[in-house]
Amino acid sequence: MKPMRILVVDDEIEFVTTLVERLELRSIEAEGVTRGSEALQRIAEKPFDIVLLDVKMPGIGGMEVIRKIKQEHPEMHVILLTGHGSAEAVEEARLAGAFEFLMKPVNIDELLRIFRLASSD
Amino acid sequence: MAPHDRGGPAEVRMERPAELHSRTHYRRLWKTMVISTSVVALLPLIILTIISYLQYKKTFRMESINPVHNLTATTKHSLEFFLSERLSALTMVINSTPFERLADGDGLAGTLANLAQAFGGFIDLGLIDAQGKQLSYAGPYNLGGRDYSDQEWFHEVGYRDVHISEVFMGYRKYPHFVIAVKQQLEGSDFYVLRATIASERLNQSIMFTNLDPSSDAFLINKHGVIQSPSRFYGAVFEQCPLSLPPLGTDAQVVEENDEAGRPIILGYAPVERSPFILVLVKRSGALMGNWATLRTELFGFVAFSALLILLVIVYGSTYLARQVRDADAKRADIFHKMEYTNKLAAIGRLGAGVAHEINNPLAIISQKAGLMKDIVTMTEEFPKREKFLDLINSILKSVDRCSNITHRLLGFAKHMDVQTEPIHLELLLKEVFGFLEKEAMHRNLNVSFDIADDLPTILSDRGQLQQVFLNILNNAFAAVPDGGDIGIAIYPNGELYEAVDIKDNGSGISEENLKHIFEPFFTTKKGGGTGLGLSITYGIVEKLGGRIYVESEVGVGTKFTVMLPIKREP
Repeated sequence: MKPMRILVVDDEIEFVTTLVERLELRSIEAEGVTRGSEALQRIAEKPFDIVLLDVKMPGIGGMEVIRKIKQEHPEMHVILLTGHGSAEAVEEARLAGAFEFLMKPVNIDELLRIFRLASSD
Repeated sequence: MAPHDRGGPAEVRMERPAELHSRTHYRRLWKTMVISTSVVALLPLIILTIISYLQYKKTFRMESINPVHNLTATTKHSLEFFLSERLSALTMVINSTPFERLADGDGLAGTLANLAQAFGGFIDLGLIDAQGKQLSYAGPYNLGGRDYSDQEWFHEVGYRDVHISEVFMGYRKYPHFVIAVKQQLEGSDFYVLRATIASERLNQSIMFTNLDPSSDAFLINKHGVIQSPSRFYGAVFEQCPLSLPPLGTDAQVVEENDEAGRPIILGYAPVERSPFILVLVKRSGALMGNWATLRTELFGFVAFSALLILLVIVYGSTYLARQVRDADAKRADIFHKMEYTNKLAAIGRLGAGVAHEINNPLAIISQKAGLMKDIVTMTEEFPKREKFLDLINSILKSVDRCSNITHRLLGFAKHMDVQTEPIHLELLLKEVFGFLEKEAMHRNLNVSFDIADDLPTILSDRGQLQQVFLNILNNAFAAVPDGGDIGIAIYPNGELYEAVDIKDNGSGISEENLKHIFEPFFTTKKGGGTGLGLSITYGIVEKLGGRIYVESEVGVGTKFTVMLPIKREP
């Protein structure tokens, strides 16, 4: 698997730090932020291969963030993560260009499988 | 709620939406319909009947009874005049003629001739002394010397001074009657002048009355024996078949049926100072008909019409009441289905809220446990590695179980049973608000609570109330802009109710829309709400024995007030 740069965006700091640490243990370059605005700033500074994005966040929400990312970086893969998903939300995510829509809590092996799918896409 | 255009403050109270009423409700509806339509339909008929009844009666009297009465009275008077004229003549003769001249047969004959000439009808004259012996006689029969002392009329004239007899045949072999007057002498001595008068003269004065062919006039005595010829009821001396009501002194008229059952108008009057009773009969003409028949026909017609009207009313009311009941049942059925659908939606939303709240911490637990597992796995020579891996796997399995539950909760849909339990409204409101707290935080909404002290718990249905307040709060959240204000106030309302105000400073609702706000399928949400939320809310509040009011002003905000009974009525 070629090296991947991953950005984890979630308002739960505990979730972000732990997931980042676990990805790094697997030799994946990962970074975490807790705000949508922060995420956009980081992406502007340097590109990532994959963005793991929480839908519901204070300030700029996940849906808005994905639209902005896709405007600037259409090639960047965004995987949406949510506590609950309705059919409408899944549809909205697809239209916005999300690579995948995942329900929390998510298993790390499942996450890695999707990363691989995304990077080989 | 979407923005609205115009309008001022308003308050709306809604009728309870479709609900199946009890049988007695429709019974009462039916009764009301039957009674009110019957009154409206029958009252004019009855009034009209009474008016025509009275009018007919009046006409009938005018046309038949009054003439009979008048004729009876006139005839009675002319009969009385006829008799008193002859009595006066006799009295004058006995007063003015010396006894000797009367006792002399020739003198008496002269007097008879004078009387017969002046008055007519006098057949013979006799003079009788106090012992009843006929002293002299003038007339066509040979009756001189007859003794009347044992005759009843003689005793009567003795103490009454005058006498008029019934009609009889006597020695003379033709109908006649007798009048007698007494002349008192000194002491107990007296003499009597007795005259026989042919009944024909009497008959003439009755027949003198102009009678039409359907009428009859005749005399009877007190035993009902006919005294003068009758057209319809028999010859002289026969028993009259008519029975008379009790006599007065004046002419009286009754409606009767004669012996053959023919309707007649019967006039009758006693002829004063005589044994005669005048009877006047008029057979009711075909034109007028009998009053009794007419009355029967009139009431028969009314009764038949009333019966027909009642039948139509009863049939119509039964049909209408059934239609109303069927329509209500249909409405109630539809409403029930809508309530059910909305309930599912609301519970789904509730489940989603819960799932979201739990999935976030679950995600953290999952990652933390995962990291622990990573560390245990990746560290060489980790003491008690197997034990730790077991523990961590156990945590991860539990996380999986939890996530299964929350995922199932997202599709949760179950019919809630109505259950009554003690509820603290403050806790319930805060609980419901908890589901929306995150949204309030994200949108910087300012939500304030104003709770009265010492609020008692109320007896109500927890699940239903959650749905009510979730619906109202959702509406409030939709109405306010980001950073808007929402106020929740709970306070007692009288001794029986507790009230909850939910107030927002959102767009407000126009007066026009406010009228429809609780109606099913009414929505102003862009993109289309189901229009069921507030309708269901309304239905639940009513079902729980409460009331819901809404006040709103465009551009200022909206306030919903829910009043709930502290104790549920059974």
